[in-house]
Amino acid sequence: MNHPEARLPEVDHLRRRSLVVGVAALALCAGGAVFDPPEFFHAYLTAYLFWIGIALGCLAILMLHHLVSGRWGFVIQRLLESGCRTLPLMALLFVPLLFGLRELFLWARPEAVAAEAILRHRQPYLNGPFFSARVVLYFAVWITLASLLSKWSLEQDRTAAPDLTRRLTCLSGPGLILYGLTVTFAAFDWVMTLGPQWHSTIFGAVFMVGQGLAALCFVVVVSARLADRGPLSAVMSPQHFHDLGNLILAFVMLWAYMAFSQYLIIWSGNLQDEIPWYLHRMRHGWFWLAMALIVFHFVVPFMLLLSRVAKRRARILFGVAAGLLVMRFVDLYFLVVPALHPERLSIHWMDVVAPVGVGGIWLWAFLGHLRGKALVPLHDPRFAGMSEPAHEA
Amino acid sequence: MSLAPPLYGLMAEFDTPEAVLAAARRAYARGYRRMDAYTPFPVEGLSEAIGFQHTCLPLLVLIAGLVGAIVGFASQYYATVIDYPLNVGGRPLNSWPSYIPITFEVVILFAALTAVVGMIALNGLPMPYHPVFNVPAFSGASRDRFFLCIEATDPLFDREATQRFLEGLGPREVSEVEQ
Repeated sequence: MNHPEARLPEVDHLRRRSLVVGVAALALCAGGAVFDPPEFFHAYLTAYLFWIGIALGCLAILMLHHLVSGRWGFVIQRLLESGCRTLPLMALLFVPLLFGLRELFLWARPEAVAAEAILRHRQPYLNGPFFSARVVLYFAVWITLASLLSKWSLEQDRTAAPDLTRRLTCLSGPGLILYGLTVTFAAFDWVMTLGPQWHSTIFGAVFMVGQGLAALCFVVVVSARLADRGPLSAVMSPQHFHDLGNLILAFVMLWAYMAFSQYLIIWSGNLQDEIPWYLHRMRHGWFWLAMALIVFHFVVPFMLLLSRVAKRRARILFGVAAGLLVMRFVDLYFLVVPALHPERLSIHWMDVVAPVGVGGIWLWAFLGHLRGKALVPLHDPRFAGMSEPAHEA
Repeated sequence: MSLAPPLYGLMAEFDTPEAVLAAARRAYARGYRRMDAYTPFPVEGLSEAIGFQHTCLPLLVLIAGLVGAIVGFASQYYATVIDYPLNVGGRPLNSWPSYIPITFEVVILFAALTAVVGMIALNGLPMPYHPVFNVPAFSGASRDRFFLCIEATDPLFDREATQRFLEGLGPREVSEVEQ
């Protein structure tokens, strides 16, 4: 059941176009940054979190796949590998944020720290140099994992050595633990400390589930396109889409479960330092964004994905996944931007242009990593065993 | 004067899942509809091949889940707002966020019970007697044999023609199934 013929068609044109669009959009934003730095940094942070969420989600799902090796994983393995190999680029794209710490975080403003006892108390952890050191550490872990996983997998394509599979599995177990720890800390560092006092212990888990969901939706969007008269049409069956649809359904439910748990606990506690975070987000038009999240990030995709037909038809699943990707961005927007505008719903032009900019460059890198390789692993012994149909039901 | 026992159907025995799948497809293409296949493990595509339509069970489970949601939420609303209003920490009487976990549990309870009971009922279980067990070789269906049985109630069923048709599919053996 190997498909060495499944390769990406000519994508140089698409790559060039996405790079041009990306660079142009970021140049526009750079112009905007001169006039309105706080708006720029919040817009850029949201866009950055969205795209690195896909890359990190790809890393996590890839390690999950190496641990459980379900039939769904082999057909998207190369997409996941290409997704997480964009992490060095994302490390580069983090650099602008280091110049915006003062605009983004209360703890980076000396006058605010002097005024607030709690910020002084947190100073040994939340300060510029240590923050940057942690960023370096996170990326060191992520890039090491991503490059080893894709290096060994491609080596197996060339040498057909079966023991590489074992190596991939052995790295993935500890790798997932490291992923959990680093993403939890990164979510606390980059998003939770935007507000002055707010804290939530489940926040890292909500963030991880969002990343996993974004990555699954992204690979479904790409593979549905490649399976529709494309190079994956001989590989992807309705059964594969069914499996991926079930995974998306599970992640949608898990996201709703965790997001609601966080709300319920803070609502029940009703504490002075926690509740304002939600109060701002339930008034002034932010309320409508919260409602949109409940309806379009949970209720609608949940109802659609209950249907077997919707999961087995690539075109329907494509639509659901594309919609969920949009809602992933809305969710991150809902986390970040009210920190800047607690009193009114605000959509700046850079909030729309920045994700296009980061995304254009990200897609350029993603397609570059995907180019020229077999779209499914060629010599994985676990995948080869799956051509036996009898026990697959 | 000998009276032949009433016939339930004719059963063909196969060695491999592929063979029974091919046989089921050909029987369906020939126009047989009242038939069933018996295998030691699920064979992918077999239920579609014998023309098995989707059941109404998913719809029943969905309805039970929705009923569970209404029952779960309404019973808490009735208890805390209508029957015994009590001020807890200054929160509104209709504190809907705290109703959600129990509503969720009741949804799962109703849906899961409906799925189990509905599955058993729609399968016609418990069924203490089934004619296919009259065939001695049928015990192989739980080990390494694959069976396709065309039932006598099928409009196309004909004692000789159906026997010839089944023998043409390359089975190990074709047996009569007594009622």
